[in-house]
Amino acid sequence: MATSLLHSTRLKLIFLGSWVGWSLLQIGLLWWLDLDWNTALIDSLVSNTLLMAASALISNNLQFYQPEKGRYAYVAIWCLILSAIYVFAGQWIVGYLEPQKTAYLDFFYKSLPVRFSFGFLMIGWVALLSIIWYTRQDQREAEKRKADAERLSREAELYKLRQQLQPHFLFNSLNSISALVGRKPEEARTMVHQLSDFLRGTLRKEENEWVTLAEELQHLQLYLDIEKVRFGHRLTTEISQGEGCGDLKLPAMLLQPLVENAIKFGLYDTTGLVIISINACCEDNYLVLTIQNPYDPNTSNPRRGTGFGLSGVKRRLYLLFARHDLLQTSGETNIFTTSVKIPQV
Amino acid sequence: MIKTILIDDEPLAREVVKEYLEAFPQVQVIEECGDGFEGLKAIQQHQPDLIFLDIQMPKINGFEMLELIDQPPAVIFTTAFDEYAIRAFEAHAVDYLLKPFGRDRFNKAVNKWLEQQHSERSKQNAYAVAEAVTQTSEHDRVVVKTGSKITIIPVTDIEFLEADDDYVKIHTSAGSYLKNKTMSYFDQWLSAKQFVRIHRSFIVHVDQITRLDPYEKETYTAILKNGKKLPVSKTGYGKLKQVLGL
Repeated sequence: MATSLLHSTRLKLIFLGSWVGWSLLQIGLLWWLDLDWNTALIDSLVSNTLLMAASALISNNLQFYQPEKGRYAYVAIWCLILSAIYVFAGQWIVGYLEPQKTAYLDFFYKSLPVRFSFGFLMIGWVALLSIIWYTRQDQREAEKRKADAERLSREAELYKLRQQLQPHFLFNSLNSISALVGRKPEEARTMVHQLSDFLRGTLRKEENEWVTLAEELQHLQLYLDIEKVRFGHRLTTEISQGEGCGDLKLPAMLLQPLVENAIKFGLYDTTGLVIISINACCEDNYLVLTIQNPYDPNTSNPRRGTGFGLSGVKRRLYLLFARHDLLQTSGETNIFTTSVKIPQV
Repeated sequence: MIKTILIDDEPLAREVVKEYLEAFPQVQVIEECGDGFEGLKAIQQHQPDLIFLDIQMPKINGFEMLELIDQPPAVIFTTAFDEYAIRAFEAHAVDYLLKPFGRDRFNKAVNKWLEQQHSERSKQNAYAVAEAVTQTSEHDRVVVKTGSKITIIPVTDIEFLEADDDYVKIHTSAGSYLKNKTMSYFDQWLSAKQFVRIHRSFIVHVDQITRLDPYEKETYTAILKNGKKLPVSKTGYGKLKQVLGL
């Protein structure tokens, strides 16, 4: 619900100020019209108090019953009714308070049209201000809701993208452990630890968390060690990094899917030895990561490179930086290169 | 003696099968293969009775390999996770082992096969699964075998397909290849946005068409980029019009 117009202290002061101001003005005006001070004071206080009550009433009502678009005639009718009540109540009260002053009561009666018009203008004006105020508040709230919803869905999407751990990887790793248990129990145990550490690392990372390159590479090493147990006979990895890059930051779990993609691409697109090289360097205000894997340009569609698993990373980069140009791929003489630029903020 | 071949790209995965097979002295592992090419060669050389076949493998997957064999042996599939394939296995009652699998599950699969090894049904079913999966899953390539040479043709390289007796001739800029399949097989799985069956005997890659000339009443001739002319039937023209948005 919108906060009431009259709950704001500033507006309360303005409201009271207007009441005092208009009262003084009316006293002056009535005195100018040859009324004695006492009568002018009573007339002014009665009129303005009633007017203030009518204004507060309509403003308060508009807080709960906002006219639908184009139904402002109802508001106008309400203003007319309130104005009528305002003048007749005024007439009754002054008649009750000053029954002997017939000349003044006659003057009051004659001034009814003026009082009615003035009252209608005042009440109408307050009504108009209230409508604008409450409409604006509604809009602001709707905008906030929309922004909140967008933020939530973005977070959910990021979470999902980050969680896209290949079930293949998990089941095949477990199968490798199952194979090792019989003949090389020590190695099986090591692999259980590596897999646990890797999974724990994946789960622990907070959403939108930024980690240093050194941390990410450490996490990646666990993944590579597991893959080497599975494909050690074919898989070699080379990791290099420029000086001072270790402290640069990147979104958590961004590098791993790129390397996973490169390994899959390399292992399934060729039959020989697969060398995956990962290089990190600093350029201007960017951390640049380059991942290379062998591929067969004759059989693999270059498009497949992006369809393989890079689209998730691309989307994540867009959600984080609103840019489409941070992930680039290229294929040259049997080597497929993926490079990603991470702005340092 | 029962001859078997293990085809899996992970040595440790083959280790498990070998270890479990020690309980079956009548079954002998004659070769282990790390990819579909090796598997194909070994199967042709040794004519095994049974193979243990992984699905996700380098170059060509297990199903593609199976499709290239003229007389496929009995198959027990081993796979880690493949919803798609599992549905096909269930549908064709073909045995499969989900990695990691235990000894009990493994023994059950082998015993079941031993009991019914002389029925042809199990072999045919495995082949049917391979065909069903390669036909329905999203593929962007065709694997063909010419003699002992295996060629992987990206779908984008195909110019047109031509019926040739029991085969389909796949025409590419690099040459043409025969595949032991029917026209309707290809008509079904090739993307309907890129390929149109313009005639009973022809499926064309729409990007290859440069011109359509009227031929006889309600039939046309499609002229391709390479200058080849293909007949377009009345129904074929209707389909072509739809795809090209004429």
